[in-house]
Amino acid sequence: MWIYEKKLQYPVRVSTCNPKLAKYLIEQYGGADGELAAALRYLNQRYTIPDKVIGLLTDIGTEELAHLEMIATMVYKLTKDATPEQLKEAGLDAHYVDHDRALFYHNAAGVPFTATYIQAKGDPITDLYEDIAAEEKARATYQWIINMSDDPDLNDGLRFLREREIIHAQRFREAVEILKEERDRKKFF
Amino acid sequence: MFTTRKQYEPYISPFDPCPPIRVKTYVTAPNQYVGFQPPNLPQFPLHEALKKGTLWKIFYDPYYGPYEMKRKGDQQ
Ligand SMILES: [Fe+2]
Repeated sequence: MWIYEKKLQYPVRVSTCNPKLAKYLIEQYGGADGELAAALRYLNQRYTIPDKVIGLLTDIGTEELAHLEMIATMVYKLTKDATPEQLKEAGLDAHYVDHDRALFYHNAAGVPFTATYIQAKGDPITDLYEDIAAEEKARATYQWIINMSDDPDLNDGLRFLREREIIHAQRFREAVEILKEERDRKKFF
Repeated sequence: MFTTRKQYEPYISPFDPCPPIRVKTYVTAPNQYVGFQPPNLPQFPLHEALKKGTLWKIFYDPYYGPYEMKRKGDQQ
């Protein structure tokens, strides 16, 4: 069960009317290493992993949904008042023809989301290594979007999201360490 | 001095069509170095932590793009 708080995890501000940035951001909405893929991947793995790390997958999977909501807000703000002409200039004409200004789960190149972006091998170490890789890929994607964006307010939100990916990768690495830990060996801090 | 920004110099051919980028950079985020997080690490004040995206100073590694001015005290 989830409890919903009607606010964003981090405030989203966009300072320039630049629908082109929406085209880049949609990568983190419906792309292979985006927030939707992340949430679905982690939440689904919870059923076939040792108890000790289920809570971590719940926490991070839930946070990814909060990130998805931030990305959606960014895309919405960047496109809601754009004219068809502006969308065309931004390379979003094909999107407009199919969806108007509705968001859709596809990547920056318009490829629709697919479940094949995620894996569930059922082997705990394998799945956690996929999670670590996914976090580093998301971190890199945020860097490439920040490199393309000249909107300081938008970048502020993207920087927050990128920092969270660093933390997630750290926690998944710790989860691997927990599963490697030998049974009955006491560890004191 | 330690930095999470690394560089390498790729091979440059005399016949490359574009002006070469002589130095390429990549990031090795702090999570590559810590292993299992040890106890009692320094923290940010709570308000700052919420803005920065982490409570732990050791993991804070902000990234700025070419259009942004580097902010004082942040590493690039
Ligand atoms: Fe993440």
